Amino acid sequence: MIESYGAETLARIQFAFTVSFHIIFPAFSIGLASYLAVLNALWMRTRDETYLHLFKYWKKIFAVAFGMGVVSGIVMSYQFGTNWSVFSDKAGPVIGPLMAYEVLSAFFLEAGFLGIMLFGRERVGERLHMFATAMVAFGTLMSATWILSVNSWMQTPAGYSINADGQFVPEDWWQIIFNPSFPYRLVHMVLAAYLTTAFVVGAVGALHMLRDRGDKRARRMFSLAMWMALIVTPIQIFAGDAHGLNTLEHQPAKVMAMEGHYDSHPDGAPLILFGIPNSETRTVDYAIEIPKLSSLILKHHWEAPLDGLDTIPLEDQPPVAIVFWSFRVMVGLGFAMLAVGLWSGLQRWRGHLFDDTWLHRIVLVMGPTGFVAVLAGWITTEVGRQPFTVYGLLRTSESLAPVDAPAVAASLIAFIVVYFFIFGAGTFYILRLMNQPTVTKDRELDEGPVRAAGITPGFQAEHGSGKG
Amino acid sequence: MVFDLAFIWAGLIAFAVLVYVILDGFDLGIGIVFPFARNEGERDLMMNTVAPVWDGNETWLVLGGGGLFAVFPLAYAVVMPALYMPITLMLLALVFRGVSFEYRWRTHRWKHVWDKAFIGGSLVAALCQGIALGALVQGIEVENRAYAGGWFDWLTPFSILTGFAVVVGYALLGATWLVMKTEGEIHDRMQGHSRVLGIATLVLIGVVSVATPFLEPVYFSRWFSLPGSAWSLCVPILMLGLAWSFFTALARGRDTQPFLSALGFFVVSFIGIGISFYPMMVPPSLTIWQAAAPDSSLAFALVGALVLVPLILAYTAYAYWVFRGKIDPSEGYH
Repeated sequence: MIESYGAETLARIQFAFTVSFHIIFPAFSIGLASYLAVLNALWMRTRDETYLHLFKYWKKIFAVAFGMGVVSGIVMSYQFGTNWSVFSDKAGPVIGPLMAYEVLSAFFLEAGFLGIMLFGRERVGERLHMFATAMVAFGTLMSATWILSVNSWMQTPAGYSINADGQFVPEDWWQIIFNPSFPYRLVHMVLAAYLTTAFVVGAVGALHMLRDRGDKRARRMFSLAMWMALIVTPIQIFAGDAHGLNTLEHQPAKVMAMEGHYDSHPDGAPLILFGIPNSETRTVDYAIEIPKLSSLILKHHWEAPLDGLDTIPLEDQPPVAIVFWSFRVMVGLGFAMLAVGLWSGLQRWRGHLFDDTWLHRIVLVMGPTGFVAVLAGWITTEVGRQPFTVYGLLRTSESLAPVDAPAVAASLIAFIVVYFFIFGAGTFYILRLMNQPTVTKDRELDEGPVRAAGITPGFQAEHGSGKG
Repeated sequence: MVFDLAFIWAGLIAFAVLVYVILDGFDLGIGIVFPFARNEGERDLMMNTVAPVWDGNETWLVLGGGGLFAVFPLAYAVVMPALYMPITLMLLALVFRGVSFEYRWRTHRWKHVWDKAFIGGSLVAALCQGIALGALVQGIEVENRAYAGGWFDWLTPFSILTGFAVVVGYALLGATWLVMKTEGEIHDRMQGHSRVLGIATLVLIGVVSVATPFLEPVYFSRWFSLPGSAWSLCVPILMLGLAWSFFTALARGRDTQPFLSALGFFVVSFIGIGISFYPMMVPPSLTIWQAAAPDSSLAFALVGALVLVPLILAYTAYAYWVFRGKIDPSEGYH
C-alpha cells in the first residue's frame, strides 16, 4: 500500500520523522549542558556538595540523551544527500559551508570534551574539568547557532545569486548568516531548549519531593527550575511574538495559515482561538473568535487590514490545518508554562515553594510539555514553509533525489522500526535514571570530589541488577 | 597539478576521510573483535578503552560527509543516491552501535542485547563503508548532474571484496589497539588474533590492489605506465616495509608498534586509492573541478577549516593524551 505514495511524499515523511526524533535530543541537551556547567561552577564556588551530587545525577542522563542526539544527527546529515540530492546540489554552496562550520566549531568541541567531562574529573583536575564542561555547553550553543542560521536561510534567503546550473551562489556571507529571521529563530529556540530542560528538571525535583519532602537535592533542582520558568517564560513569549511579527513581514502566507485567515480582512481581522480549518470550503468551521484582536496583535492597531490566503496563489499555500493546530499547541503550552512559573513565584514569595503539593503534582505532569511545544513550534515553521524548501525559490517537489518510491519506503520502514526500538529503550533508561533517588547509595557520591569516576565495571557487574 | 581552492579542498576532504578511517576504524574494530572476549569483565574493559573517544572519532565521518556537501555538493548529490542502500544501512548500524556505549551500562537483563547491537552495528557499518568504497572505485554513472544508474549497481563481487577487506582491516586495528591498551590474558590473546588478522588484511589488500587496475583503463595506465608507475612503485615498497615492521613488532612483544604499523597499512592503501583517483572526484566522469562549489563557498569554508582543523587536532590529541596508557580495569563513570 505504501508504494502507492510517491517518492516525494515518502521522503518528506522520512525527513519529518527523523528530524522530529532528532530535535528532541538537542532541545534537551542544549539546556542540560548549560545546567551542568552552572552546577559544576556553583560547586566549585560554594563547595556545597548538593551541587556536585546534582551534577553527577544529571551527567548520566545527559550522556544517554547526548548519545541519542549524536546518532540521530549523523542520520540527518546524510539524508540531505540520499533523499534530497537535487536540493543538496542547488543549495549546497550556501548551506553546506554553514553546516561544515557547525561540524568544525560545535560537534568536535562537544565530542572532544565530552569524554573529559564524563570520565576525566580526576585525571585532569577540577579546573580543566570545569573548562571541558563549559566547552560542551558552548558547543551545544554553537551548534544551535549554525543550524538555525541554515534553517533561517531556507526560510528567509538572502545574500545569494543563482548561476546557470540553478545553484545558489553565495554573494555576501554576512547577509546569509544573519539573514532576516535568524536572530529571532535563534533566541526563540535557545530559550525553548532552556525551558524544556527546566520543566524536565523541575518535574524530577517535584517527583522526589512528592516522595520525600525533605530531600534537599530535589528541593534544590526544583527551586532552580522554577526560577527558570518564572523568568524565562515571559521572555520567551515576548521573543515568540517578535518572531511572529518577523514571519508576517517575510513569510505572510505562513502567518495566514497559523491564524486560519483564508479570507482577507480589510477592516481588522479577528483572532481565531479555536476552530476546524476546512480545506474544501476554505473556511474555519465552528470558529471561536475575538473580533479585531489578530490585527491588534500583528499590526498593533484594531482596524489594520490583514491579507488572507485568498491573495496567495493556491499552489504556493502551505497546508492550513497542520500549521493552525501546531501553532495553537505551542502557544497554549507556553501560557501553561507561564502560569506555572507565576504560581511558583507566588508560593516562593509566600515561603511555600517546597510544601505546595499541588504545585509539585502539576509540575510533574508538565515535565514533557517542553518537548511537545518545541515539536509543535518546528512543525509550525517547517510545514508553514511549504511548498518550498528554499522559501519562494526552490519547491520541495523540485528538491527530491532521483529515488524510487520502494527504496524510500523500505528505508522509511527501517528507520521507524529502528528508531522506536532504540529511542524507546533510551527513553526508558532516562526515565529510570530520573526515577532513581537523588540520595544515592553509590560509593562514588559519598567519596567526594577526589574519587569521581563512578562505580566500577566490576562493581557494576556484581550489583548490576540493583541499578538496571 | 593545479593548485587552487578546489584542489586544496579535495585534499582536506581526503584528509578528513583518512582521519576518520584511522580513528573510527579501530573503535569499529573493537566491535568486530568483541565476540573474542571471554567474559563480561573483558567486554567492559574493551568498551572502556574507547568510551571517552569514540564520539570524537565518529565526528570525522560527519566532517567527511558535511565537507563533501559544503564544497563538492554535486559529488555529494551524485554519490549519496548511488549508494543509497549501503549508506542507509551504515547509518542504522551506527545508531545501534553508538547508543550501546551508554545503554549497556543502564541495564542488566538487556546487557547482552546491547553487546550484540554493538557487534552487529560495528560489523555492518564497516562492511557498508567497504562496499561504498568499492562501489565508488568501480565508478558511478552520471547524467545531467544526477545519478543515472540502477538501485543495485553498488552490489558487485568487487564491492563485496572491498567490504570484506575493510571489515578484516578494522578488526586488525581493533585487535592491535587492544594489544596497546590492555594487559594480561586479553592482551596476549589479542596478540595472537593480530597476527592472523594482519596476514588476512595484507592478503586482501593485495587482492583488491591487483583487481583495481582492471576496473578502469585510467587506473591501469596510472599504475603501469611511466612516469606514474615510478611513483606508484613506492606504494608496494612502503607496504612491504610496514608488513615487516608489523610482524617483527608482534614477535618481539611490542605494544604500540603493531597498532601504528596497522594504521600504516590503511594510510598507504589510501594513498594508493588517491593515485588511482586523481583528479577524479566521482569516477569515471566527475573531476574535482566539475564537482566543486563556487569559489565564494570554497574560500569561506576554507578560512574556518584552516583555523579550526588544527585546533580540533590539538584538543583531540589532548583528549587522547588524557586517557593514554594501559586501561585501569576499575575505570569508568557509570
